[in-house]
Amino acid sequence: MSLAFDANRWWPAPLLPRQDGRDWALLFVVAALSFLAGLAAVGALAGSRATEGWRTELIGSATVVVRAEGSDTPDEAAARAAAAVSGVKGVTEARALDPAKAQALIAPWIGPGALPADLPTPRLIAVDLDRKAPASAADMQKALKAAGVDADVDDHSRWSAQIMRAGGAVEAVAAALFALLLATLGAVVAFATRQGLTARREVVEALYLAGATDSFIARLFQARFARGAAQASLAGALLAAVAAAALKIASGGDEQLTALLPIAWPDLIAPAPFPVLGALVAAVTARITAMAVLAERP
Amino acid sequence: MSRKPLDLPDPISPQAVVRFDGVSMRYGREPEVLRDVSFELERGSFHFLTGPSGSGKSTLLKLIYLAEETSRGRIEIFGQDLALLKRKDRPMMRRRIGVVFQEFRLLDHMTVFDNAALAPRIAGRKPAEYRADVADLLAWVGLGERMHAMPPALSGGEKQRLAIARAVINRPDILLADEPTGNVDEAMGLRILRLFMELNRVGATVLIASHDSELVARSGMPVLNLQGGRLAPDGGFASEQPR
Repeated sequence: MSLAFDANRWWPAPLLPRQDGRDWALLFVVAALSFLAGLAAVGALAGSRATEGWRTELIGSATVVVRAEGSDTPDEAAARAAAAVSGVKGVTEARALDPAKAQALIAPWIGPGALPADLPTPRLIAVDLDRKAPASAADMQKALKAAGVDADVDDHSRWSAQIMRAGGAVEAVAAALFALLLATLGAVVAFATRQGLTARREVVEALYLAGATDSFIARLFQARFARGAAQASLAGALLAAVAAAALKIASGGDEQLTALLPIAWPDLIAPAPFPVLGALVAAVTARITAMAVLAERP
Repeated sequence: MSRKPLDLPDPISPQAVVRFDGVSMRYGREPEVLRDVSFELERGSFHFLTGPSGSGKSTLLKLIYLAEETSRGRIEIFGQDLALLKRKDRPMMRRRIGVVFQEFRLLDHMTVFDNAALAPRIAGRKPAEYRADVADLLAWVGLGERMHAMPPALSGGEKQRLAIARAVINRPDILLADEPTGNVDEAMGLRILRLFMELNRVGATVLIASHDSELVARSGMPVLNLQGGRLAPDGGFASEQPR
């Protein structure tokens, strides 16, 4: 009844109709993209941490392979090598490995018990390095030469470089995946904006006739999609955090899995910026698309 | 009603507010819908645009309310050559032109009040500035008791009166109507015609496209007659006055 209508208390209704089924389909896709991007971000952080851990372990140690010469027994040569390397700046400890341990290290390649007793196997020296200022392989090699020991120093730099390359590749893949997901979000929103303008042609027409500018109309779609993308991205980001938390809890007892993907609790906030980022991408894409479509009109 | 919804504009001058000069129009590669059309509408005039279906009436109106562009010829609205009008200036010109359609083109998700308030809202005015105007205008067109209703709940006549209210709320200088009585009965058609005449009396230049020859005849207003896309030279005046 008109009695219930008070013009003085009237406030404008939204110019665009409420969301319909098409919008829900879009929101689902945005939420799924946000979920995947969230997992990618958590995975990238964990991968980066694993790489850094492996690299730190490698640069914190070195191995010296000692060959006995002249009248030296292998044990004597190993003891002299350990003593020589211990004196190098940047070395915290050097110790000769038990021959049985050294043989155990090569057993996987030649088989257990397959090593002849009289075969002169080289002795190994395990060297712990100062992680902040590690000794270089050249310095250790120089000290060994000065001590008259025939030995080779392996500072693991070859493996370290490979791990760094692998870590860099993981980060690059994560960044590319992230960029791809953002681009997909933009493409989906652009498609939805075109569809929205077509589906709500009668609204656009009425707004035009009432004197609305292209920018005014584009702003309506921009706000609609930005708001929807923010809500959907928030849902996707929360789900990604929950999934990552579940993965962390599930892998808690598995050392190998934890070493491979060491998710830390702070990593779970990695998807937090996604609602803002999703809204931003949706807003910019919707505006550009709407302005382009509207520019086709007279 | 406490006051008139439309105040009188500047004194009526003989200046042409619409001028067509050799205008032709075609859609894509189709044959021309309008051919070499030339005429002028003076400020404050009232004309009917008649002709059979397909004669180009709707296209001619679209050219005036800037929904289409000419293929040839020149159109001036308010003395401004539309070919030289920048895109950013077109919305401002549209705000000076009200349009009413046979199929109403109301927004079904908004109330009667919201529909009528569309133009001032888009113009950036604050609700407090135009709420009373909208209420007065709706009362004037006989929808004072239906402000809260949604368009699908309105009758054809109510929808058309709402469409008229929406078209004139910003006090346009030109009021165009495309078959405004096509979806209402005869009595409502006459009532709507009187609304247009009242709006013309307070300053709007009115052009109504109609093939309702009886209504046109009753109006006694000058006629622009389109035949096959050309303006017939024998437009003349309708003979009867509305009862």
